[in-house]
Amino acid sequence: MAGFRAVLDGNEAAAKIAYQCSEVIAIYPITPSSPMGEWADQWASMGEPNAWGTVPHVEELQSEGGAAGTVHGALQAGALTTTFTASQGLLLMIPNMYKIAGELTPAVFHVAARSIAAQGLSIFGDHSDVMAVRATGFCLLASASVQEAADLALVAHAATLEARLPFVHFFDGFRTSHEVSRIEVPTTEQIRAMIDDERVRQHRSRALTPDHPVIRGTAQNPDVAFQGRETVNPYYLACPTIVQQKMNQFAQLTGRAYKLFDYVGHPEAEQVLVLMGSGVGAAEEVVESLVKQGVKVGLIKVRLYRPFDVERFLAALPSSTKHVIVLDRTKEPGCIGEPLYQDVLTALVEGQRQPMPRVLGGRYGLSSKEFTPAMVHALFELAAAEKLRNHFTVGIHDDVTHTSINYDPTRTVEPEDVVRAVFFGLGSDGTVGANKNSIKIIGEETELEVQGYFVYDSKKSGSTTTSHLRFGPRPIRSTYLIQQATFVACHQFNFLERMDVLSVAAPGATFLLNSPYGPEEVWHHLPRKVQEQILSKKLRFFVIDAFKVAHDAGMGGRINTVMQTCFFALAGVLPRDEAIKAIKKAIAKTYGKRGEAVVTRNHAAVDSTLSRLFEVQVPSAITSTKAPRPTVPAQAPQFVRKVTSLIMVGEGDKLPVSAIPADGTWPTGTTQWEKRGIAQEIPVWDESICIQCGKCVLVCPHAVIRGKLVELEQLAGSPDGFKSAPSRWPDRKQQRFTLQVSPEDCTGCRLCVEVCPVKNKTETKLRAINMKPLEPIREAERANWDFFLKLANPDRRGLRFDSVKDVQLLEPLFEFSGACAGCGETPYLKLLSQMFGDRLLIANATGCSSIYGGNLPTTPWTVNQFGRGPAWANSLFEDNAEFGLGMRLAVDRQAEYARELIQKLRDVIGAELAEALCNAPQTNEEEIDLQRWRVDELKRKLAGHDSPLVRDLLSVSGALVRKSVWIIGGDGWAYDIGFGGVDHVLASGKNVKLLVLDTEVYSNTGGQMSKSTPRGAVAKFAAGGKEAPKKDLALMAMTHGTAYVARVAMGASDTQTLQAFREAEAYDGPALIIAYSHCIAHGYDMARGMDQQKAAVLSGYWPLIRYNPDLRNQGKNPLHLDSRAPSIPLKQYIYNETRYTMLAQANPAQARELLRLAEQDVRERWRMYEHLAAMPMEAKP
Amino acid sequence: MIDLSTTYLGLHLRNPLVCSSSPLCQDLDSLRRMEEAGAGAVVLHSLFEEQIEAESLDLSRYLDYGTEGYSESLSYFPDMADYNFGPDGYVEHLREAKSLLQIPVIASLNGRTLGGWIRYAKLLEEAGADALELNVYDLPTDPERTAEQIESELANLVAAVAREVKIPLAVKLSPFYTSIPSVAKRLQAAGARAVVLFNRFYQPDFDLERLEVVPSLWLSTADELRLRLHAVAILFGRIQLDLAITGGVHGATDVLKCMMAGASVAMMTSALLRHGVEHLANVLVGLRDWMTDHEYESITSMRGSMSFRRVANPSAYERGNYLKVLRSHALFPTG
Repeated sequence: MAGFRAVLDGNEAAAKIAYQCSEVIAIYPITPSSPMGEWADQWASMGEPNAWGTVPHVEELQSEGGAAGTVHGALQAGALTTTFTASQGLLLMIPNMYKIAGELTPAVFHVAARSIAAQGLSIFGDHSDVMAVRATGFCLLASASVQEAADLALVAHAATLEARLPFVHFFDGFRTSHEVSRIEVPTTEQIRAMIDDERVRQHRSRALTPDHPVIRGTAQNPDVAFQGRETVNPYYLACPTIVQQKMNQFAQLTGRAYKLFDYVGHPEAEQVLVLMGSGVGAAEEVVESLVKQGVKVGLIKVRLYRPFDVERFLAALPSSTKHVIVLDRTKEPGCIGEPLYQDVLTALVEGQRQPMPRVLGGRYGLSSKEFTPAMVHALFELAAAEKLRNHFTVGIHDDVTHTSINYDPTRTVEPEDVVRAVFFGLGSDGTVGANKNSIKIIGEETELEVQGYFVYDSKKSGSTTTSHLRFGPRPIRSTYLIQQATFVACHQFNFLERMDVLSVAAPGATFLLNSPYGPEEVWHHLPRKVQEQILSKKLRFFVIDAFKVAHDAGMGGRINTVMQTCFFALAGVLPRDEAIKAIKKAIAKTYGKRGEAVVTRNHAAVDSTLSRLFEVQVPSAITSTKAPRPTVPAQAPQFVRKVTSLIMVGEGDKLPVSAIPADGTWPTGTTQWEKRGIAQEIPVWDESICIQCGKCVLVCPHAVIRGKLVELEQLAGSPDGFKSAPSRWPDRKQQRFTLQVSPEDCTGCRLCVEVCPVKNKTETKLRAINMKPLEPIREAERANWDFFLKLANPDRRGLRFDSVKDVQLLEPLFEFSGACAGCGETPYLKLLSQMFGDRLLIANATGCSSIYGGNLPTTPWTVNQFGRGPAWANSLFEDNAEFGLGMRLAVDRQAEYARELIQKLRDVIGAELAEALCNAPQTNEEEIDLQRWRVDELKRKLAGHDSPLVRDLLSVSGALVRKSVWIIGGDGWAYDIGFGGVDHVLASGKNVKLLVLDTEVYSNTGGQMSKSTPRGAVAKFAAGGKEAPKKDLALMAMTHGTAYVARVAMGASDTQTLQAFREAEAYDGPALIIAYSHCIAHGYDMARGMDQQKAAVLSGYWPLIRYNPDLRNQGKNPLHLDSRAPSIPLKQYIYNETRYTMLAQANPAQARELLRLAEQDVRERWRMYEHLAAMPMEAKP
Repeated sequence: MIDLSTTYLGLHLRNPLVCSSSPLCQDLDSLRRMEEAGAGAVVLHSLFEEQIEAESLDLSRYLDYGTEGYSESLSYFPDMADYNFGPDGYVEHLREAKSLLQIPVIASLNGRTLGGWIRYAKLLEEAGADALELNVYDLPTDPERTAEQIESELANLVAAVAREVKIPLAVKLSPFYTSIPSVAKRLQAAGARAVVLFNRFYQPDFDLERLEVVPSLWLSTADELRLRLHAVAILFGRIQLDLAITGGVHGATDVLKCMMAGASVAMMTSALLRHGVEHLANVLVGLRDWMTDHEYESITSMRGSMSFRRVANPSAYERGNYLKVLRSHALFPTG
């Protein structure tokens, strides 16, 4: 009985089985496991049945902890239940995992194994999460490939019911979860054959029911608890045999055989590698190749890691083994050796193995670090030569504790008959999508095996992608990036200047370049190094102007179809005509449901491609003198030059351990050195009509537009074309105003243009700021920007923080982040940094803001001329409110201690200064500045003294200057996973400020529903449109009565936003600001983000409010409604956004009904707010 | 007994009141209420080829927007099983309307390409439309395109559709032809059975404070009727096409004027949007009362009995805006 062949990734493979084997699925998004939940939700919303013909219920929870609790409950009530998670998510499940296992409950958790945040967060793959649940009692079953992710998922679901023990089925995050491959998917019949229905019924019969009640979860005392813990032993003893039986049964059904410990290699191997997960693929390639040469090496692939079957492990290990090399993809600081190493060692000792081989343990592949055949070669050779140190690392250069081994990275074992293609593209040009499509075409239309793996950079705007595609006659096990490509495509011409795209090209490879220059002229436009590589590697070189072809076909900047057609034409995987036919068929399949026009345009692009693809007759001589630009300028700080710049150009792998900060502390203010130049067009100021209102500066998400007021003489020596205009500040008439754009930091989002209120009277399409192509003005504007930066910033003490016009003059201390072009969150953060940045501590929840705010290589939080700026840290997703509260407590405690010490040192300090230091008000910039002066004065006075008290006071004196602690995160944090903490912190009375950047979905993980998602919107996990209304977090916060609460939308009222920020900061207690943040996950042109914010408010969907408890003390109503009654229909707001229109298109009846309810929500909520705001306050006695 | 019946496009109608193409026609319940209130026939809202294309391209663009660029968020939306694009939803609606109603159901189509016109016309015929109204909104902006070219293209288009479908065709025209009679005659030769006079242009307005052209949609006024009466009065008897008036028909006297000018049917939209679908019943009562008072026995006896006079002249601005206004109003009717 064969399965069916499908091209999919590891997540989909595992999810397919999990879905079929389950009745209840509890989910929560976390990278890289989110797609498993998304698939399950999508299938359920489409009514796909499970293996028993009924549709599973898929429920999203508020956290992984919640998901685990729900799983536990569903299991107790007798449902076949599963969940998907990774990393911190798995950690949050641990308490329930102990319970589920302790109660001998069958269940499977599918885990895309990922790093756990320690010195820094990493979304990438290793086993540190699954190793952290070793003690829970869950069985641990490892898959090493996409095929195994499906196969062993089924083995887990079948075995758990027999063994009555729960399983974690895991595979490597990204390397397996996101690798696309062609596999045989077990059929429903095979699933039914594997799972014994009687066992399912037994599971149900153990369920809690009032019909024959039992009790579980008793509290046990010292007399019986220990014995109770030992009752489970027989189940664990029986489990390995059950799993092997299920694997045997699976082999009979499918022909694919697995063992708990699979040995491959020489029967008399002397060096044997032991590892689990995707690294097995690379290792097996080397073992096969060496064994063919007669080298005595072998490999044990660990599948069932818990319960660890000593006997079977020993049986798998050849008796000839001299060295067992155990590779752990995790780190346990302070341990004797990592877990797998320790288990292997224990197994050998307990098994009294004779002769006892030498066991060498090491770490590899942490956070998806590459693990290549070259490394495997080196391990075998070093071990054989007795040169392999125990507790080694491989894949890095450890120049601190010298654990790392050396290896020759050029050793490769890739077979010649495998087509290896590498594509460099932009996220926005569709390169990855096209390559996934190509893999599907080849995987489905030919007999070739396929593999695709995709690497993304850490930016959300202008991000580069690298696609690694392999096609070959045998299953592809190369679980590492392509090192010698037979085909290289560069989809963006300007990459040639900043990336070494041809280093990966094998001699004689084909090079395809998307070039604005034709075959005759392109050579002279290539950088010198590229010319050298083309000649020395004897590459065949082809060009196409894909942008022109795409544009002519009405495809805009989406060159995916064009480049895909070129690939098929050149790579020779399929005959050309067949390939074209297959591409067109795939286009119809992929885009058919989006409408005929989409298909037609893509087909037109295919048809017009080949006639415009040209081979370049490569000249024999190098003609170019064009050298690559230095990554960062010479004046960059040393750390940026030595460390950051390497990460910027994709060479971070070369950095040794010593280059990396030991405690996760990195410098801020480094985005300024990363000039990406990603905009095609940038805004250009028309000083002649500008009214200097500051709106463009305010909304710019990347802080690239800035205004300054300067004296005329300061402009002396300005570059030609540097613009300024007479000031429009009534009290600063003598000054000049200048507005400048940083050309190479702009993303070209156009928010500034859309928000500009000024129209050119003679040509109304023009405003006071207009988009112009970057290239012709790049150099001039760069000079202008440099000059602008040198102009002095205005004295903050003279500026009004309640005026947008003045606020534009405040220096932003958040700049050039990697956020999406047109991001709706970052303008609020930039504003925050302008208003309070030099005394700001930020606790940042995990999410978009922690990524664009803290993802390496560069960080956008920066400092002013005095070296002061926001201090930023990310703890977790779920604890951010508490994390920030902790910061506040520490700062307050230090300030209090400082005041106590001042009193003790009053004689040294002087009474007047001591009094002022302790009690002077700090309510505005001037007073805070004065306090800073006092602290400096204090230090001066203490300079001549030395005592423990003095030293202590100096160490805490900084806390005497007022600090502002802001707790920042998205709605996923505030409404869902962190809500408990938010609630507690709001009730604490402490002086912390919570800023919720409300995008109404989990934006960072790809748009999953949160409790902030509005009724009627489509989101992942709400594929049928969210049925419940958005939670009113502001209203809930107001019920505390002691917290300042505001709901703002900058695009609707920027002055109300400023007012809310000022009031929140001034309020001596907790404050919550909920900020409407338009988002790429809403599905419309982000340039219109501010218009949409306005529409949200006009429609009554987003009432602007401020609730200030101080007003109650003054006998006034604390709630102020800042927006007017709804004046446009709700649909006029929502149907500009794909998240709503796609439901209208997919399910009009549901959309109509949800619209009706949403309109009702708006009306009712407005009435309630109106009522609350109008309530008279109780008269004071 | 007063006989209100009439024939239009070869169809027997119980009275000359036709609910013309409007967002109201998107809702089956509204259609049912139209029939109950006495409508002689209904013309469904238009199927816009251009809108189908725009929505399709929009959706595709925003489903792809920002995808496959960052490893944590490779997409932002779930993949739906299907989207109700284009003709499918419309065709389904037409089928449902046909099975719900006894009165004739006329489909309305606005194409962009010749292929689109023909393909969709055949689909609507197959779905059971009793007749088809071709809504040929065309806003010339190209100075090189002459009036003769425009009229020839129109005639060719009608001929091409007429060759492909058997159901009768009406052509809804704008008032901006140099010679309406000449155009009507060419359409007759091309195979049309009726002309509908006139399409109402959705004229944008200027916002002087914001210096913006703003879309606007306002309901017709009785003043607009005169232009139509004038044109119908000219055409009646000169060509063999059925004549329909749409625009400015609000009450019984308007209907009477239409009939006397020579129209076979009088179409209503604005009055229904303003007063509700049940307004039709009032109009019919008024019609009967007037005819009783003035001793007319049948509608046919008064058709074409009056001549014409000068009327006001609306103008157009922009085709894209026209679609935008329709779309914003039409996606979900509230009535």
